Amino acid sequence: MPSSGTLRRVAIVTGVRTPFSKAGTLFKSLSAIELGRLCVAELMQRTNLNGTDVDAIVFGTVVQNVQAPNIAREVSLMPLLPKGVDAWSVSRACASANQAIADAADQIALGHMDCVIAGGAESLSNVPILHSRGFTDVLMAANKAKNISQKISAFSRMRPKDLVPVAPAISEPTTGETMGQSAEKMAKLNAISREEQDEFALRSHRLAAAGLRDGRLSAEMFPVYVPPKYEKIATTDNGVRDDSTLEQLAALKPVFDKRYGSVTAGNASPLTDGAGAVLLMSEDKANALGYKPVAYIRSYASAALDPGEQLLQAPVLAAPKALARAGLTLRDLDLIEMHEAFASQVLSNLRGFESQAWAERAGVSKPLGEVDRAKLNVMGGSLSIGHPFGATGARVTTTLSNELARRGGQFGMLTVCAAGGLGFAMVIERV
Amino acid sequence: MTTSVPTQHALTMQVENGIAVLTFDAPGAPVNVFTVPAQAELREAFSAIQRDPTIRAAVIISGKRDNFIAGADIEAFLDFRTAEDAERSSRDGHAAFDAVANGKPVVCAINGGCLGGGTELALACHWRIATDAPKTSIGLPEVQLGLIPGAGGTQRLPALVGLQAALDMILTGKNVRAKKALQLGLVDEMVHPSILRRVAVQRAVELANGSRRREPRKHGAGELLLDENPIGRAIVFRKAKEGVLAKTKGLFPAPLAALDAVAAGYSSDGDGYQTEARLFGELAMTPESQELVFLFFATTALKRDMGVEVTPLPKPLAISKLGILGAGFMGAGIASVASPAGSIVRMKDADTARVAKGLAAVREVMRDKLVRKQITRTQFDDLLLAVSGTTDYTGFGNADLVIEAVFEDLQVKHQVLREIESVVPSRAIIASNTSTIPIGRIASASARPERVLGMHFFSPVHKMPLLELITHEGNDPQVVVSAVTYGRKLGKTVIVVRDGPGFFANRVLSPYVNAAGLLLDEGVAIDAIDDALVKFGFPVGPITLVDEVGLDVATKAGAIVAEAFGARMAPNESLQRVIKAGRLGRKGKRGFYMYDDAGKKGGVDSSVYDLLPTGQRRTTVAAARIVQRCAYAMLNESVLCLEDGILRTARDGDIGAVFGIGFPAFRGGPFRYIDRVGAAAVVSTLDELEREFPGRYEAAASLREMAEQGERFYPATGKPV
Repeated sequence: MPSSGTLRRVAIVTGVRTPFSKAGTLFKSLSAIELGRLCVAELMQRTNLNGTDVDAIVFGTVVQNVQAPNIAREVSLMPLLPKGVDAWSVSRACASANQAIADAADQIALGHMDCVIAGGAESLSNVPILHSRGFTDVLMAANKAKNISQKISAFSRMRPKDLVPVAPAISEPTTGETMGQSAEKMAKLNAISREEQDEFALRSHRLAAAGLRDGRLSAEMFPVYVPPKYEKIATTDNGVRDDSTLEQLAALKPVFDKRYGSVTAGNASPLTDGAGAVLLMSEDKANALGYKPVAYIRSYASAALDPGEQLLQAPVLAAPKALARAGLTLRDLDLIEMHEAFASQVLSNLRGFESQAWAERAGVSKPLGEVDRAKLNVMGGSLSIGHPFGATGARVTTTLSNELARRGGQFGMLTVCAAGGLGFAMVIERV
Repeated sequence: MTTSVPTQHALTMQVENGIAVLTFDAPGAPVNVFTVPAQAELREAFSAIQRDPTIRAAVIISGKRDNFIAGADIEAFLDFRTAEDAERSSRDGHAAFDAVANGKPVVCAINGGCLGGGTELALACHWRIATDAPKTSIGLPEVQLGLIPGAGGTQRLPALVGLQAALDMILTGKNVRAKKALQLGLVDEMVHPSILRRVAVQRAVELANGSRRREPRKHGAGELLLDENPIGRAIVFRKAKEGVLAKTKGLFPAPLAALDAVAAGYSSDGDGYQTEARLFGELAMTPESQELVFLFFATTALKRDMGVEVTPLPKPLAISKLGILGAGFMGAGIASVASPAGSIVRMKDADTARVAKGLAAVREVMRDKLVRKQITRTQFDDLLLAVSGTTDYTGFGNADLVIEAVFEDLQVKHQVLREIESVVPSRAIIASNTSTIPIGRIASASARPERVLGMHFFSPVHKMPLLELITHEGNDPQVVVSAVTYGRKLGKTVIVVRDGPGFFANRVLSPYVNAAGLLLDEGVAIDAIDDALVKFGFPVGPITLVDEVGLDVATKAGAIVAEAFGARMAPNESLQRVIKAGRLGRKGKRGFYMYDDAGKKGGVDSSVYDLLPTGQRRTTVAAARIVQRCAYAMLNESVLCLEDGILRTARDGDIGAVFGIGFPAFRGGPFRYIDRVGAAAVVSTLDELEREFPGRYEAAASLREMAEQGERFYPATGKPV
């Protein structure tokens, strides 16, 4: 939000999400767009919201559908919403849904809009497979050909290797480093041991399992009846393991550095399908429609650093900015929700919060300090719950808001690291 | 140069550069029909076109937004006293359209519905253009009124599109959309509505100066083999006749007459047009056609009836969000018609498995639409997304209407009613889809009984056209008007009836089904009973009907009316015994008939006879007597419903019986049937039946009075309703 002018307070009315489902399982036949539509429709149903009250849909996704790149528009063109509802999509890697929420909040704060649904969706079961550069060139040439002989000549230039399809990049375009390699590097740079990572992963699973058992975590999701038969019903996050042990985690082989590495499938977040959405309103609109918002947005900030350095460390720069904008310190926070891409990343971020050097880079005089583990990711995080890239930001916002309300706390902060060396932080408050 | 020559009021002629543009726009009417004055205007306009040497060609177009010409003025049919009258009107049509066909080039510009005479005019033109608007459809629906196209349709359509395609349209009366019409060659081109007039004028110019000629349509392989040679055509006609007889059981003369008229057009000696006119005349005098024409007027009149007698008429409340309780067969069925009508639907049931079944049932209906290309993939996705399931009451907070379709038990109904009222806005209307429980008794548990009424849908909801709307004394008229309006939005034919056991449909069905059960008690064969009533014109016989709706449902409904009406409806023995043996009908794959694993119905399950009072020993009762015993019980009960004020008019009873319980449409409905047979004759048959089955056929007092006074339910001549 801009810091000048008269800004309106933005209410998080409520959020909802699909259960998160490991890629290739329950949601494998559903696209990100379909997941997003189901989620927004359910959010509107649950909140008894009339489509005529909605000003816009802002949505994020990471792996885009090349045929329908504006996911927000595809989601908004649904029977529950008038066709005149505005819609735009955002891309900030794993913080895309956070950016969607921030965009929506800005529009409301500025007084441009009163009611916006923001969120994100991801299907890692349905990633577009592309043609090679060579094959693309051939097709383009053939398309331009005016006669058969030109067409034949275009195809005659094709080589067998051109037919090999190209999977979407999983590595940083600039550095060529995969995210796992970056997480591995961060573990080494910040001296995060394998044991620490495995313990943190185990904690994530145990806390998430507890949250699902007692219904605190389940409260934010709705059952997804999986078409076409609807016999399969997703009712819970299927990546959470209540029964895993440290021994089992320790037995897993490092994936990215087989000799000296410590990042394993067990202490990294899994590929996941899912969607999440948050209903945002101006305080006045929420009151007028009779809603009791679960929380309000106090501030947010984003940051970026060289992706070749520590790819997932930017939350360390974003969090102090967000807290400064909120006029708060770490001690004021009742809860902290950190996106868990890798255990090594969370632990690196936490060390960064305590570091004078990182504080100086963030432009603050002293470090945030040590995060009280009792306030951190109290119902687990992406390591266990799963991480549908575009949806995670909506999930952490909803989880944080609900749990802050349940505990009767006042302030909470969320942070999300993202590809490209990007980071996001948001501070929310209760009345 | 442009001159405007106003003819009389429905047609306007505008001449631009030698092209006459005739605009048909019946003043003050929603659609254009060929009334007698409009026909005269059209004749005069075309004759003016022929006379005027400056006019080289013409365009005929409609001034209505989404209607071209809806066809003949059906009210004019009521003036036919004899077959000769009707035949003459057909000949007049021939002469008028022959003048079009044989005159200067005419381009027909079609946007919106083009039916009957409208299509026949189009066929007489020299170039046809249809718009790609969704409302544009072309057809010859005359058989649906027990008639055949009388203005050359049976002759010009086969000539234009080939025999098979023409028969497909004429024998069923179905419409085709523009795209299909283009494929068939029924129209020459398809354009966007915004350029229809321009392109039509352009084509008229081209036809006039000879730069464009209609190319004969290319024939497909199937056409060359069949349509284009006498032996092939003989095969087509034989197949078509078999199809018609299988479908109509020989009860329905119009499609057979249509076949004869079309065939006459191909024979070397006969004159197709003369045959068409003669058969049109004959059909117009048949009871079948007269009753179908009655139903046309009755349903038209019904559409203007909001079900309440208050002035000013209250405005209907907007209903955009529908809550449904119970995701079973009925609940999901209602959802599957509400979503295409633009409603947002929330469907609740007790557990996720039931909700899932409901969603799957909705998807089935939508898939069928997708497969039939009635909707696009995007529409399919949207229609499904508009229906969501829940196991709690979330999403009911902004419901405008909630329909409960839960178990038929008063306690259960009361409980859900209270639950619904605690979550919905106070403006919400609450409807019960009960088929038997008096709505007043359900509403008694309500905090807002004026907003509670009955909406009795028939199963399967997406196929059955009737909605029986049940009001009780305390209803707010605005609630009734809103529910009627919403029911029509769902595409239903809505009758408003007053509260009482079984309402109308189930009340008149009960003695009918019971009479069939009593015949079983006596030892009559299952198929003998069903066959007799199918031959009378019911789509299925009463025993098959019981298998279809379920023996549990049928006996439960029977028990409720028996309790209310005593001896007249005292239940038969057979149904009780069969249900006690655990046979539920089709849904349990065991009933009076056999069902295979896929649920397909087979023949009579003769093992069921072991359960019946006379065992395997069968007796015979004449088919005519079976019909009397079953149908007359229904006729009498219908009159009693009118007498008791359950029905507001005889018209509603006829529509309810035809569209809700399958009373033969070509017999018009129970009241029309009594009028045709004569009240005195009906009473005499009832008296005779009453002597044989005391207490069951006591003629309704009002019917006896009508018999004595020689009265009827409907006027003998003129517009019936």
